[in-house]
Amino acid sequence: MADVEQSEIDPNAPVTKISTPIELKYHFTAGRAASRFMRGLMKKKILGQRCPSCLKVYVPPRGSCASCGVPTEEEVELPPKGIVTTYCIVNVPFYGQKIKIPYVTGTILIDGADIGFMHLLQEVEAEEVRMGMRVEAVWQDDSEMVPGLESIKYFRPTGEEDAPFEEYKEYV
Amino acid sequence: MREVAVVSFAQSKSVRRADDQNEVEMLMPVVSQAIANSGVPRKEIGFTISGSCDYLGGVPFAFVSGLDAVGAWPPITESHVEMDGAWALYEAWVRLQHGDIDSALVYSFGKSSLGDISQVLSQQLDPYYLAPLWPDSVSLGAIQTRSWLDSGHSEKELAQLVSRNRQFASTNEHSQITKLIDPETYLAKPYIIEPLRIDDCPPVSDGACALVLVAGDRAKACSTRLAWIKGIDHRSEPHSLGVRDLSISVSTKQAGKNCGALDIRADICELHAPFSAQQAILEEALGIDESVIVNPSGGALCANPVMAAGLIRIGEAASRIINGEANCAIAHATAGPCLQQNLVCVLEGGN
Amino acid sequence: MSKEGNNLSEVDILEAPNILEYPYSRSTGPVIGEFMTKLRDGKIVGARTKSGKVIVPPTEYDPFTSEDIDGLVPVSTSGVITSWAWVVSPSEKHPLSEPFAWALIKLDGADSSMLHCVRAPSSTSVATGKRVKAKFRSQREGHIKDIEFFEIEEAANG
Repeated sequence: MADVEQSEIDPNAPVTKISTPIELKYHFTAGRAASRFMRGLMKKKILGQRCPSCLKVYVPPRGSCASCGVPTEEEVELPPKGIVTTYCIVNVPFYGQKIKIPYVTGTILIDGADIGFMHLLQEVEAEEVRMGMRVEAVWQDDSEMVPGLESIKYFRPTGEEDAPFEEYKEYV
Repeated sequence: MREVAVVSFAQSKSVRRADDQNEVEMLMPVVSQAIANSGVPRKEIGFTISGSCDYLGGVPFAFVSGLDAVGAWPPITESHVEMDGAWALYEAWVRLQHGDIDSALVYSFGKSSLGDISQVLSQQLDPYYLAPLWPDSVSLGAIQTRSWLDSGHSEKELAQLVSRNRQFASTNEHSQITKLIDPETYLAKPYIIEPLRIDDCPPVSDGACALVLVAGDRAKACSTRLAWIKGIDHRSEPHSLGVRDLSISVSTKQAGKNCGALDIRADICELHAPFSAQQAILEEALGIDESVIVNPSGGALCANPVMAAGLIRIGEAASRIINGEANCAIAHATAGPCLQQNLVCVLEGGN
Repeated sequence: MSKEGNNLSEVDILEAPNILEYPYSRSTGPVIGEFMTKLRDGKIVGARTKSGKVIVPPTEYDPFTSEDIDGLVPVSTSGVITSWAWVVSPSEKHPLSEPFAWALIKLDGADSSMLHCVRAPSSTSVATGKRVKAKFRSQREGHIKDIEFFEIEEAANG
């Protein structure tokens, strides 16, 4: 409870620090929209939701359009393909790291979606990743599927021609 | 001072566990309803502010994602208090005094069900002397109740008070506990933390609410019947429980005096008292006598979405003015352990 | 792009436990630090305000006037219960695992009360006005939990 180093130095030194650890247990619930999205991933489906007002498609959906402040009531299934709008190359080792560095994390804009999400890029050398690069999802093995974005192992280049900047500049 | 009115209010039904809704899904219908009923187009609202607590769900910056419910793009002017929504309303009222904007949206949400709310609330306490002992909020409510009983009151008074609140709650479609209880049944129940029985404590509630404030002539154009805020003030007491007399509420009395609540005859009064004895303490502090209907909603004793329950008191009082049930109301909200901080406002009907 | 079923509320909601841990350590400053140091010695000190009141546990300021305090003074480790609550079923976070009382205790020599737990055989042995005495742990570290609990004084003497 008292600072360990402090008492090791001199058990009679005045107290200048106390330890007050906090542990709180919560029960997290994902809500409707995120639950549908994550359950969809287990079936290898990417399910977005469209805003009835501005017609933008959210992936992952949160059940609402942040611009219009209205519920998103139409579900749309999108292909497991899209483009890299932006990315970074990870060179820093850290505790618990599972992927060999350097690797690339990118923002993926799924075809038909109006918002990108972060995911891993593999089967490509870090220096070859580009903005506008077309990519596709590589799903986990069926036994590894979970209700979450981990069901997509990573994205890899399709080899198709890059999307022109004009096409995605709104999403960068 | 610029006159400011509550023009619309909306709230969700409080439930034990809103598992199928995230905070945004819970909030969005009430925000939309409050805005629609205000007559102010969403894009014309000058200021948006929320009151909530990230500790409730254990999600840092949860209040930021709460903004999804209001349509915050293109960027809006917004603010947040890590407090009950009643304090968000206070900031909005101050903001409207600047004079450059005419309307404000105030909303609040709380999913108390996500953690053990009585333990979570112990972490708002002094981190050196109190929080390491984990005194839960029900235990502290019990200590305050004991102080009140020791000051010359009886459990029979609590039995009457609880019974009356339940009667009101039974006709409130937004309330969570709607079951009637007679004083004898109450008194026959065992203590959960002595001297509290289960009916002296608030339920664990998930819920949300929103209201729209409009100032001056712009308000008059919104509706023929408005709930004008005639006075509003909040005061705080020392945090340490042992330096306060817990059987009275000095800060409520001060705030009541400063906002004019002690000088008016209210028809109704909405007091934010999660524990039954706190309602009696607040009535005494504000000089509420039997001519005033106290907590016609059933109060926080029957529905307590933490961080929204105080703003709901103001909304409930305003709604009863807007629909013509009352002409003058006192609304109160509390924050901190054992009524540490208290906000009081006076609302009056008119155009 | 294909449109799925229209009823988006039909879904098995995903849930998961989420445990947060904050390993906070806090600087005490001179006043709380001195209180904790004295607890380690099995003693209790309070803050004397300029008006002569003694606040226990001590704050760096007078809680009513916000003025600086005049200094720290020793108070007794015994005192009187000023309010209390009986916990029938302690939680795993509570300081005692058997039914116990939370109490505000005004120590002799103090003008305010401090919150701590009281160990007693049943709620009938606890009352406002009862005298209690701090029971210190044998291993102390300078922490509020160096006081293991308070106990009813006649029981302590008996």
